[in-house]
Amino acid sequence: MSQAILDVKPEYPWKLTPKDLVTDFLGALFTLASTLAIVGFSPLKGKLGFAITLIFMAIITTTIMSWIKLDRKAAFNSATTVLVYVTASFVIIALASVLYEIIRLGAPGFSFSIFSNDMSQTASDMPLTEGGLLHAVIGTAYIVTFATLISTPIGILTALYIVEVKGRFAGLVRFFVQAMSGVPSIVAGLFIFALWMIQLGNAYSAVAGGFALTVLMIPTVARTAEEVLKLIPSDLREAGLALGATQWRTVAMVVIPAARSGLITAVILGIARVVGETAPLLLTIGGADAINLNPTQGNMSAFPYYVWKNLLIGSENAISRAWLGVFVLMIVVLVFFTLARYLGAARGGRK
Amino acid sequence: MSNENISDKNNNREENMSQMTGKQETATDRNTSNTSNTKGASATRSLGDVAAGREAKVGKAFTGGSGLEARGIHAWFGKKHVLQDISLEFATGTVTALIGPSGCGKSTFIRTLNRMHEFIPTAALAGQVLLDGKDVYEPGVDVTKIRLKVGMVFQKPNPFPSMTIKENVLSGLKLSQIKIQNSDELLESCLRRAGLWDEVKDRLNEYGGSLSGGQQQRLCIARSLAVNPQVLLMDEPCSALDPGSTLRIEETIRELADTMSIVIVTHNMQQAARVSDYTGFFLSDGGPGRLIEVASTVEIFTNPKEKRTEDYVSGRFG
Amino acid sequence: MSAAVVEQKQTPQPRVITTEPRFTDKVFRSVVTSGGLIAGLLLGLIGFFLIYNGFEAIRAAGLSFLTGFNWVDAVPEDGQAASYGVGAMLYGTMVTGILAMLMGVPVAVGTALFLSYYAPEWIKKPMVVVVDVMAAIPSIVYGLWGYFVLMPHAEYWAKLIHKYLGFIPFFDMPAPVFTRSPFIAGLVLAIMIIPIVTAVSREVFAQTPLERIQAAYALGATKWSMIKAVVFPYGRGGVIGGAMLGLGRALGETVAVYTVLNLVYDIRIEVLLSAGGSVASMIVNKFGEADPVELQALMGAGFVLFMVTLLVNFLANYIINKTARE
Repeated sequence: MSQAILDVKPEYPWKLTPKDLVTDFLGALFTLASTLAIVGFSPLKGKLGFAITLIFMAIITTTIMSWIKLDRKAAFNSATTVLVYVTASFVIIALASVLYEIIRLGAPGFSFSIFSNDMSQTASDMPLTEGGLLHAVIGTAYIVTFATLISTPIGILTALYIVEVKGRFAGLVRFFVQAMSGVPSIVAGLFIFALWMIQLGNAYSAVAGGFALTVLMIPTVARTAEEVLKLIPSDLREAGLALGATQWRTVAMVVIPAARSGLITAVILGIARVVGETAPLLLTIGGADAINLNPTQGNMSAFPYYVWKNLLIGSENAISRAWLGVFVLMIVVLVFFTLARYLGAARGGRK
Repeated sequence: MSNENISDKNNNREENMSQMTGKQETATDRNTSNTSNTKGASATRSLGDVAAGREAKVGKAFTGGSGLEARGIHAWFGKKHVLQDISLEFATGTVTALIGPSGCGKSTFIRTLNRMHEFIPTAALAGQVLLDGKDVYEPGVDVTKIRLKVGMVFQKPNPFPSMTIKENVLSGLKLSQIKIQNSDELLESCLRRAGLWDEVKDRLNEYGGSLSGGQQQRLCIARSLAVNPQVLLMDEPCSALDPGSTLRIEETIRELADTMSIVIVTHNMQQAARVSDYTGFFLSDGGPGRLIEVASTVEIFTNPKEKRTEDYVSGRFG
Repeated sequence: MSAAVVEQKQTPQPRVITTEPRFTDKVFRSVVTSGGLIAGLLLGLIGFFLIYNGFEAIRAAGLSFLTGFNWVDAVPEDGQAASYGVGAMLYGTMVTGILAMLMGVPVAVGTALFLSYYAPEWIKKPMVVVVDVMAAIPSIVYGLWGYFVLMPHAEYWAKLIHKYLGFIPFFDMPAPVFTRSPFIAGLVLAIMIIPIVTAVSREVFAQTPLERIQAAYALGATKWSMIKAVVFPYGRGGVIGGAMLGLGRALGETVAVYTVLNLVYDIRIEVLLSAGGSVASMIVNKFGEADPVELQALMGAGFVLFMVTLLVNFLANYIINKTARE
């Protein structure tokens, strides 16, 4: 074996050459320049005009460049590539805008005093240094905890039924869960209102809100839990059964511990889903201004309700409060969301 | 279909027949029904006999020029060096078989020939692939055009299920936006060359999925022919097929070789002996795959120069 | 392999094996089964209670509950009977839903294609996070953002559309009020359904058989011709199912629509006009001050919405499940 052969280094002849990069850069420059020119000299104005012209010129430039360099089908390919990139950019821009505005409009009102006050003494259109959202924090905490306590067992049992017990109705139950995940949030609220309040004669309370959120949370927990349980290899179950364990022991002591972090993820995803739900709460909790420490009695507030109330009042300070509520709510949602992803990744890494 | 036992020419290497046929079977699966030596009455033919029985085109010398040539090809996946210094020529009008145990890089190698290698994310390459004297990896080359000239047939038949038989055959033209005058003529000619015309001429508008495995594979061959390639690469094209289809496709290969060069990767040494003019033997000893020996098929199977080649073709391993 | 074939008189019947579960397992199974059936039970209860409470209103109005446009409370002093009809709102729900699909599905499919076939490795993971975060944002946040941030822009775009495409009846304007229109509501909903349609489409694209993709490339296809020839035919069902899931979500949205849509009880085809409706936002609007009679009507409206979304979701899941089995 000659040394020359041993010394050969890997190459990537298909990657973009410096010449390609220069051409691409010049093309991009041309696109930008022509866009600015067109926008400057024509009635197309504003961000929308700029964006549309930019997209249009980008398509034209890349198409022509590909046509010259290669042929017609490559040109068509380039045009569609630009369009695909445009759709992805649109998504990024939309999300960036939402997050940016939340911070811009919500963060200024933030101070730690909001966690020690409620709105019982303050009118919504007073400046943001007065009042706070502690009542909303407590309310959301109660309501979501209550919903979690009910949904978690039911959701996991449902998943167990589908995956472990595999009963006769497993397909039907899956169908029911899928159908339930499509129930609009307001319908869940109406249902609890009709059942808990009209039929059973109860008044607004945190518990009622919790029930309404349960309807929305169960399908999320059940579906995620089902996927998690399906990922557990059947060897584990067989090992347990081969040792003489009963089915329930196998499930309780082998399968569930193995799926533990995934099941926690399922619950957290369920929480993240319902913590921001508004419509069902509007019908069930009454929306108080004061802190209410009794989850079973009396009007209760919650983050979404707080935001909604202020939105409807509509004065400048009220709107600021609404954005503030949204800001804090988003932080809570993102915390749960990140937690769920982190746990999910940890589970994936362990496989 | 005769049963062919492999025997050694050299007497002092009296291997156990069944051991060898057994080994053959694991390597080649369904393509031959090798019986054990209980069938004493059947004629035994060596691979060399089979190879010599073909109308070998050994007269065509290795020449550069028209045809495909690989020079000093190395391939990597990430840091792993999987092919080392492969140089081969594939002249028009010849069939070259690439044999060797699994995992020694034969499939990777042919994918460097039609620039499919670069689809794998960590792939890297060194060396040249010359088509009609020009390196296909030169910057500025239109990759899609290369693939029109160097076609490929895959191990698992994969006609497009959403297209009819007719549309499948002509799909290459559609995908490359090539316009031709008489598509029906081309359709018939490709299906005839692939040996499928008689079977499907009445159902050209049926969907590709309704054919048997062997027919599907011939459909894929017809599809590759429609774009008029100079070279046809075949990656174990018969390993998923029954023996009857296999023989028909081997006939097709021999007929096609008149107008193009064919490179066929195969695990089945009898197939290589039946079908090819030249054979290249690949081997990897845990490191990168290397081309141990390449020669005319008759020579490889009767008088190989390298010991490792001899060991492989006599079934000592593989 | 010729061996003498031994003839058996008769192949024996398979043995009947019964394993009687142990008592603890029986308990376990019944507990789990009852837990599992709660989902179905709840669905039934929802439908039942809505129709039970809404029955009077529906019965009183008859078919015009679905088709009538008026939502008028009874005024006993004037002897005016209540007349409740969700027709206009139902129409509005459909319109905003369809607008959301028209605007959202192409973007979602494009994004899914981007993630599956175009994105370089280093963009892929952050982009997936972007889409997931979009899904996690609560609807009230979109409602606020839609009203305060998007609407001024959307108003401008609506004016442009009217200016240049106003000859099309959809884009005509009887009165120049561009705020809070079905168009803007559709836009907000489109953004909200993008994550789910993208997720489903991505999954479908990921399952496209690799060998077909390779076959297309081996025939000289460009990326787009490959996508057209292989990915779209294969993924068509899944993408449609995903789009319908998005539609189901859009049909049931409440607070996001409420802020950006002006409730007007009339059917109009001008989507740029500040007049529209959706059943969900109407319920929220009227709920606070509803007397018992109106409450019944709202329950009935809820029932109608429940049925519609159930149907759409059922179709969507059916399509997805059917094509997933390919």
